[in-house]
Amino acid sequence: MPEIRIRRTVSACLLAALLGAAGPARAEISVAVTYLRQEQKAPPVLSNLDPIPADLGIAGARVALADSETTGSFLGHRYRLQVVSVEPGGDLAAAAKTALAASPVLLLDAPVEAILTVADLPEARDALLFNVASGERRLRDGECRANLLHTIAEDAMRADALMQVLRARRWTRTVLIVGPRPEDEDFAATLRAAAAKFGVEILAEKAWTFDTDLRRAASKEVPLFTQDLPNHDVLLIADKADDFARYVADNTWLPRPVAGSDGLSGEGWAPVLEQWGAVQLQNRFEAAAKREMRPRDYAAWTALRTVGEAVTRMNSADPIKLRNYILSDAFALDGFKGRPLSYRDWNGQLRQPMPVVNARALVELAPLDGYLHQENNMDTLGLDRAESACEAFGG
Amino acid sequence: MRRIFVFLAALPFAACPVAAAAGEIWVTNEKDDNISVIDTATLEVVRTIATGERPRGITFNSDHSRAYICASDSDAVEVMDARTGEILHELPSGEDPEQFVLAPDDKHLWIANEDDAVTTVVDVDTRNVVAQINVGIEPEGMAVSPDGKIVVTTSETTNMAHWIDTATMTIFANTLVDSRPRHAEFTADGSELWVSSEIGGTVTVFDVATQAEKGKIAFGIAGINGDLIQPVGFEFAPDGKTAFVALGPSNHVAVIDMKTLAVEEYILVGRRVWHMAFSPDHKQLFTTNGVSGDVTVIDVAAREPVKSIKVGRFPWGAAARP
Repeated sequence: MPEIRIRRTVSACLLAALLGAAGPARAEISVAVTYLRQEQKAPPVLSNLDPIPADLGIAGARVALADSETTGSFLGHRYRLQVVSVEPGGDLAAAAKTALAASPVLLLDAPVEAILTVADLPEARDALLFNVASGERRLRDGECRANLLHTIAEDAMRADALMQVLRARRWTRTVLIVGPRPEDEDFAATLRAAAAKFGVEILAEKAWTFDTDLRRAASKEVPLFTQDLPNHDVLLIADKADDFARYVADNTWLPRPVAGSDGLSGEGWAPVLEQWGAVQLQNRFEAAAKREMRPRDYAAWTALRTVGEAVTRMNSADPIKLRNYILSDAFALDGFKGRPLSYRDWNGQLRQPMPVVNARALVELAPLDGYLHQENNMDTLGLDRAESACEAFGG
Repeated sequence: MRRIFVFLAALPFAACPVAAAAGEIWVTNEKDDNISVIDTATLEVVRTIATGERPRGITFNSDHSRAYICASDSDAVEVMDARTGEILHELPSGEDPEQFVLAPDDKHLWIANEDDAVTTVVDVDTRNVVAQINVGIEPEGMAVSPDGKIVVTTSETTNMAHWIDTATMTIFANTLVDSRPRHAEFTADGSELWVSSEIGGTVTVFDVATQAEKGKIAFGIAGINGDLIQPVGFEFAPDGKTAFVALGPSNHVAVIDMKTLAVEEYILVGRRVWHMAFSPDHKQLFTTNGVSGDVTVIDVAAREPVKSIKVGRFPWGAAARP
């Protein structure tokens, strides 16, 4: 085979120069986006495996930037991404004001309270904000904001997707282990609600109380801990920080699959996705970030791609115009999950299929066949119009 | 001659259907690294030919003596002796070739490099790369005008058709289409370009002279969620009146009046229908069904599916050989 040199990547500027004469009427539009992160001290966890990447989320935004720049190069649209990371306890609102003075589009990677503080700044009133980090219900419910869209999957979407699969398998007898942290209880509440929604029973619950080193003791402790649970089909675990859940599987008294925070779980994105062109996004991401793409990376990617898609179609960078288009029926984003993604016009949540996965494979893509909805069967996942107390979207 | 011997050897006692003329449909099996060859008279798989890794796009030269196959994960285009199934040599293709078109003069192969955002032009005689043209992210669909003067590449993530002047090998126009364009074809008279958009759920029709959009086709099938009706591959009947569009996970093929752009009918086929090819006499249409691993044979005149033929895993491309 003859030797050839393949050009791998070409900068957007060069492309623009090469293609200067081509294309429709070229309006020079410049779009600046800020990834604004409040760093959080992660709680200590038992395992040293799977450290949290320093560029979690940010790497997804960077890939989306490159994707959007290429499209923009044919249209005279330029994109810039600035990353601002505020240390734990630092003044996020001040950083947000500075960022908003430069550009009205922010991707917010912060806890709920901080997200709300930024959304309520007078400077943010006409801005376009994306929550790429928090799955908490209240942001899609009574505490929604008109200027705040959510690309990270709501926790209820993850739990609903999982319960659809358990229901379809007829594995409807479950038990639940809840971790000691407040966010574990929040996730447990989400699992309980989803179980009730889809007719899955939680027969018993136990609070996780261990403070031993489970890396050594799991095989001794976990069988005893699970011995007095009633017979069940699936063991659910609520462990938001990924602390102990990994030590439960294969150590249980009864031989049962685990689900929730380990084992089978509903996710916005997972490295095991390869259908629907997903492998192409995985390849681009891994080449750029040298690691696998995680749900927060995907949330940041979809947020910046949402901006790119809206700018492409509207030929404008005006945040109000973009927001109106993004929330309209015309908006359709290809998110490599087999169906067009759009936004719920009652709370700003990105409507998306939810992969239900294990460590090695995609098990199902929710919504499963048979879960119907009067408008869009993806709305069987997460807070539906009638359930959400959000009024900021005029709904 | 050899093909006929194979046919006779494989089916010594079978009763031959009367009407269908002899011919073959070659189907690439993406996850089996081979090609299933279907006899259009018996509607049976008569040969299985090994290929490189992840074969997708497939086409023949004008006299059908050679097959070109995109072996995507081998990063090569394989050139095969269509009589013997022997791989003669590989062409340099750039990374991850997915679809391609052969220019009408059989000289240049235009290849979409999905992972690389380029279109590669290869001289099939000298086996050299003649040009690489930067296009949008994830180029896929490739079309060449009947006069060979224009090649179009569509890019899935950039959502554009890139119009390339084959004389200068540069882009002279970029036109936006709906989300995730998959396939492009010029009509036989060269006046129109059709582009399917999988996620957008539409087919856009362009006037070639002006590159302006002149129509858009949308689909609707009772009982199927609208966003699962995803147009991918399509073919035009030789009379220039009817188009057949594969609709992906809706498991249907739409029949379209090319003049009015109205959908006349939906034909049920196998699961996740991808691409298709007419038999050499154009009386049958063969669709590749990726998820069900089979090929549906459609009687073109009756617009009815007549048979499913089991092939390999994830059948993708299809091409006819008389």
